[in-house]
Amino acid sequence: MTSVHVTDLVKDYKLREGLKRTRLRAVDHVSLELTPGRTVALVGESGSGKSTIAKILTRMERPSSGEVEVRLDDGTAVDGKAYRREVQMVFQDPFASLNPFHSIEHHIARPLLIHKRTRTKQETRERVLEMLERVNLTPAERIAPRRPHELSGGQRQRVAIARALAPGAQVLIADEPVSMLDVSIRLGVLNLLGRLQREDRLAVLYITHDLATARHFSDEIVVLYRGRVVERGPADAVILDPHHDYTKLLALAAPDPERPGGVAADTGSIDRDSIDNGVCYDHYTGQWRETGVPASEARERSI
Amino acid sequence: MTNPNPAAAPAADEAAERLAATSAEDGRPIRSGWRMLLPTMTPWLAVGLSLVVGITLFGLIGPFLVGDPEQIRDQGLTGPSGEFWLGTTQTGQDVLAQLAHATRGSLQIGFLVGVLATLLSAFFGIYGAYKGRFVDEAFSLLSNVFLVIPGLPLIIVISGFVPRESRGLWTIAVVLAVTGWAASARVLRAQTLSVRNRDYVAASQVAGERPWRVIMVEILPNLLPVIASQFVFAVIAAILGEAGLSFIGLGASNSSTLGTMLYYAQNGFALSLGAWWWFIPPGLIIAMFGTGLSIVNFSIDEIINPKLKNLRLHRKRARRAARLERQLTRTASADPEVSDR
Amino acid sequence: MTDAIPEPRGAEARPVLTVEDLTVVYEVDEPVTAVRGADLVLHRGEILGLAGESGCGKTTLAYAVNRLHRPPARIASGRITFHDRSGDDIDILALEDAELRAFRWEKLSMVFQGAMNALNPVATVRAQLRDTLLAHRPGMSKGAIRARSREVLERVGVDPARLGSYPHELSGGMRQRVMIAMAMLLEPQIMVMDEPTTALDVVVQRDILREIVRLRDELDFAVVFITHDLPLLLEISDRIAVMLEGEIVEFEAADRLYREARHPYTRRLLGSFPSLSGTRGAFIRDGGEPSETTEEQV
Repeated sequence: MTSVHVTDLVKDYKLREGLKRTRLRAVDHVSLELTPGRTVALVGESGSGKSTIAKILTRMERPSSGEVEVRLDDGTAVDGKAYRREVQMVFQDPFASLNPFHSIEHHIARPLLIHKRTRTKQETRERVLEMLERVNLTPAERIAPRRPHELSGGQRQRVAIARALAPGAQVLIADEPVSMLDVSIRLGVLNLLGRLQREDRLAVLYITHDLATARHFSDEIVVLYRGRVVERGPADAVILDPHHDYTKLLALAAPDPERPGGVAADTGSIDRDSIDNGVCYDHYTGQWRETGVPASEARERSI
Repeated sequence: MTNPNPAAAPAADEAAERLAATSAEDGRPIRSGWRMLLPTMTPWLAVGLSLVVGITLFGLIGPFLVGDPEQIRDQGLTGPSGEFWLGTTQTGQDVLAQLAHATRGSLQIGFLVGVLATLLSAFFGIYGAYKGRFVDEAFSLLSNVFLVIPGLPLIIVISGFVPRESRGLWTIAVVLAVTGWAASARVLRAQTLSVRNRDYVAASQVAGERPWRVIMVEILPNLLPVIASQFVFAVIAAILGEAGLSFIGLGASNSSTLGTMLYYAQNGFALSLGAWWWFIPPGLIIAMFGTGLSIVNFSIDEIINPKLKNLRLHRKRARRAARLERQLTRTASADPEVSDR
Repeated sequence: MTDAIPEPRGAEARPVLTVEDLTVVYEVDEPVTAVRGADLVLHRGEILGLAGESGCGKTTLAYAVNRLHRPPARIASGRITFHDRSGDDIDILALEDAELRAFRWEKLSMVFQGAMNALNPVATVRAQLRDTLLAHRPGMSKGAIRARSREVLERVGVDPARLGSYPHELSGGMRQRVMIAMAMLLEPQIMVMDEPTTALDVVVQRDILREIVRLRDELDFAVVFITHDLPLLLEISDRIAVMLEGEIVEFEAADRLYREARHPYTRRLLGSFPSLSGTRGAFIRDGGEPSETTEEQV
């Protein structure tokens, strides 16, 4: 069992426009906690910083400041190669995340070999088939030698999930894992993720812009707006009883046939430009908290 | 439309999956990654390949079948005959024998330079782009510098600088390779930059692959068509470059290439004496080999850019579709019921 | 379709486009039928939703209606009739090239998926609107062009001061609005929108949808709205056609489709979208996953 503690994460990108240098704060003092057997949804629009957080958690980017701590049950901190074993990621686009040159088997066998989960060829092969069966890709012997372009999007995403779990990962970062898939297979993939999570007691970070799946798929929702957390709490509480203006706007904007009035339902009372992301509502404490000056002033500044 | 039986109507994804499953069950052999890299056979590719293979075989086997190219006879400048198929030179040497040996020499240097230049460009292009930051900047600068150095004059200067006796095959090959890798390195760099940012590379990094494995196993196979095309270009450029050097008398000493043949033909006033059999064959071989390799290169381009291939495939289908549609419109407009509406 | 095609809201049906038994075939080695025997009637002032997943033929159908399909696709059979406001009926399949060019955009315009990236990056919004106007109304005066350009931008909720902007100076939502403005420039009677909001954030998407509905109410044109997002269609459309493998498997008024979908595929699509405020739908949080085994098996 592994848990992740993210404290005060900040990521700045340096921009250069002619001679002027500015700094874009993509992630601004975000704290998160991922614990075994729980799913945390990170919700926000594009540019809200959610993918940057995924990149930092998988160590593809270094944070400007703040800490990411991954600890095993006994309290030992995980680092180096073990970090790669513990924290894995499922990418958004299953058409881009598998190498068109290699077979499905290669994709799953490599992590097994890198992390020395299997020794012999025979053992590796058996393990690959086992992993494929776990993600409901059967008959596994027939899938393994194929190459990605011979599979459908849903099948590819299952391969990507199997690859992420192959090293024995306990923490899974799922960056919009179903947004590129056809609607009728989305739930199948999400339900599969849910089952694997329960079986392995994984800690999952589910990154999405879709409030409905976030609500049903996760235990906790963290709403991100322009790099800052504006609301967090139990999934149902955040969606059904939003406090922050931005969360309200998101909830109103999501299509919902159950809501009377349809598209004409009024969201006009909230002006998007005046949304203040300097405060955050925490459903656990039931209190507002100051998180800094509103983003409009703080996000870009010259250095 | 007939009302579909609801129970029998399969969902779209299931159908797609089934399609994928059955296609594999059909006993269709599963294509490996390597198979995908081979171009499809077209008439043009066949022409190019036969030119290249024919000339290569001539260069490989020819020298064993012909006589001594150096042997001097007293029948100078005779035209093609039963005894000497391509006639003789001023000093009575057999042109066909010379041609066979010269082709072998040119191919040798072309291949050697092709390999050297490809290795150089692959290292500077791919490794630099993968590492990024400082390494990339330094390697780009280096290839840019080599790119703006005027190639032929530099070759002439270097060749002229190295004394004739130590100017062997390798010297010329290294000089040609060093002046010829930069453009390919820039192309490879651009390609690597795009491949490097793909998710599957990120995924293999997240899985914990070492950098050299990411380059060799994840990135390189996807660049192979580009590298192959650069290699073919390098071979063409090397053969032409060497021919040029030899023609002006700066080629490798004691070597025999198509360039040196042309050099001797020029010195022997073959053109003004009308001895076409002396200078046309080597020129033709250079031209045909270059043409053949270029045609092969176009086919490789189709792998790099699948759109080109689809373009060719679809042109025929498009014509058929357009024809069928025209027929339909014609019958429809002739149909009085429709024109009345 | 043997079932009666449902009537739109309001008793008087004023059809603007009739598609009968349309079949579109891709002439590849083994010809693929992308659209099979589609029957549709589009009424004036109606928003018709076309739902389906990738590869179901919804985009092919929309292109074929305008004869914008490209070979190797071809219309194998069927009839497409446009009922002009003046009372004339136009057989679209019989139009000559020049007539077809005049017909497109003038009577029927399209907003493509990712259209916001279809704007010319080196021309201002003003120049692009002007070019479109002049292409169809060659004699139009400068003043009239200026007035019309300002008017359409205002209609879609973009400040006319933006006329002088280049596309890259506008946000994604703004660009999509400009594209919609361009589509309504010539007051077409039909607008076909293919996933017009898919690339946009939900909040922006909502604004644009509301704009489309409002414009429809004001200008009384018909909209064919194509998307895979069924909940969205349920909210904005009057009637919805569900496509599966080239066939329209269900064609029904939106509220009836939502409440009493008959085709299992429609029900499955509906079940694929967990409701935001309602129950979890096909979502499984605890216990096994019964639906998984029946779904997406190889």
